Amino acid sequence: MLKPAVWIGGLLPLALLVLAGATGGLEADPVKDLTHRTGKAVLVLLLCTLAVTPVRRLTGWNGVIAARRPLGLFAYFYACLHFFVYLGDQGFAPGYIVEDVLERPYVTAGFTALVLLTPLAVTSTKGWIRRLGKRWTVLHRLVYAAAVLGVVHFLWSVKKDVREPLLYAAVLALLLALRIPGWLQARKKKTAPRPPVRVRGDAPAV
Amino acid sequence: MLIRRPDDIPSSEITPERDYLDRRRFLGLGAAAAALATLGAPASLAACTAAEGAQEGQADPPNTWEEITTYNNFYEFGTDKSDPAENAPKTLRPRPWTVQVDGLCARPGRYAFDDLVRPHRVQHRTYRFRCVEAWSMVIPWDGIPLRDVLARAQPRPSARFVEFTTLLDPVQMPGQRRQVLDWPYVEGLRMDEAMHPLTLLATGIYGRALPAQNGAPLRLVVPWKYGFKNIKSIVRIRFTAEQPKSTWNVSAPDEYGFYANVNPQVDHPRWSQARERRIGDGWFRRRDTLPFNGYAEQVAGMYRGMDLRRFF
Repeated sequence: MLKPAVWIGGLLPLALLVLAGATGGLEADPVKDLTHRTGKAVLVLLLCTLAVTPVRRLTGWNGVIAARRPLGLFAYFYACLHFFVYLGDQGFAPGYIVEDVLERPYVTAGFTALVLLTPLAVTSTKGWIRRLGKRWTVLHRLVYAAAVLGVVHFLWSVKKDVREPLLYAAVLALLLALRIPGWLQARKKKTAPRPPVRVRGDAPAV
Repeated sequence: MLIRRPDDIPSSEITPERDYLDRRRFLGLGAAAAALATLGAPASLAACTAAEGAQEGQADPPNTWEEITTYNNFYEFGTDKSDPAENAPKTLRPRPWTVQVDGLCARPGRYAFDDLVRPHRVQHRTYRFRCVEAWSMVIPWDGIPLRDVLARAQPRPSARFVEFTTLLDPVQMPGQRRQVLDWPYVEGLRMDEAMHPLTLLATGIYGRALPAQNGAPLRLVVPWKYGFKNIKSIVRIRFTAEQPKSTWNVSAPDEYGFYANVNPQVDHPRWSQARERRIGDGWFRRRDTLPFNGYAEQVAGMYRGMDLRRFF
């Protein structure tokens, strides 16, 4: 039940986009509409990804962990789409794009988030999890930085009405706050004798 | 040079909507040109409102009614582009409408909308419209030159600016219930900008009354400035000695200047102003933004000697 739900949820923004494009449902400025839709899909899916661990901790439903990788990969997919639309919007002109990335803080933040997410997507396979071992966990903590940068990117791009980006910021803050007890616990364990070996296939909780 | 012969104007300068503005009308505009010339205005100004065709360079066909009336920034009705079209027609009552003209002038007055507009000949002016958000349209306005209305009030020599105010009424404008901006919306022009022949008080689009979402019944159109200068649903026009405190400038002084002249050289602090997305151009195409939105020949002289980076 979980897997199909994740796939449906992950493909829904794309389906809505294609539908809007095909039926003339995009705004008068379609490129901007596309940019906003894909950008919001990234943030929603990233927040869903980050919700998996707290949900697991609060409900004791261990199976939910299976949703994390596809959700993260869907988020990355929309991030790439978002970036591609941006490149197109700039007419694929390298000069303007480089200037934007270097000089406009909201573009810098968004671009950095995409860069940070890239190694996470690449190393999401079973093979890489095995090869990296403990370092995999450390590497994948980059998702926190990427999420924060993503929300900041949204906040800085808005002209005046910041209600929506602040909503995303609040949800992100909540999801991060819910992790604090877990982190404190893990810290205690570090000073205690070594914990038992982790069960195979159970990726470390992010 | 400010004054040019009409045939010097590139045909790409301004394009009328051909289906709408037939050739017969050009004769009428020719008469308007003559009238403007006698008023001391450069004849080219009137002529450029009737400039024909766009064979060379970038074409400037007017945007569709649909585009112009569904994609609006009018925060009094919500901050999404689609909000004004959805909300404004439901709550805004453009008639009866009263406009107060006061301040430093010999003949202040309160005018019903019809009394304000009727003495003047409504003109068709197809202008480029450039939003500070880096998108643009071409809009066939109907309206009266602001200078004609201002002249009737007989401004005193001490009047150096004109201040405009939008209606303040949270019932008619539900967006005003939230303090996104400091209501009511206020804009201003320097006296010479306000008296410039290109500056229009628009009352319609495509020959139809101005829709609520576009600022019914009366809005300002200053085609060489960013869109936010073009204040909508005006209820007050006031002559002042001091520079008016314009709403976006008060809201974010480092991002939105009082002058707000379209300038590809001076970027918004958060995004580039060098290029723009013309609504209707299709996917992945940007046009170069022109100094003063392409009206430099007509208006640049007013800013000679000014540091346009400082007075952005």
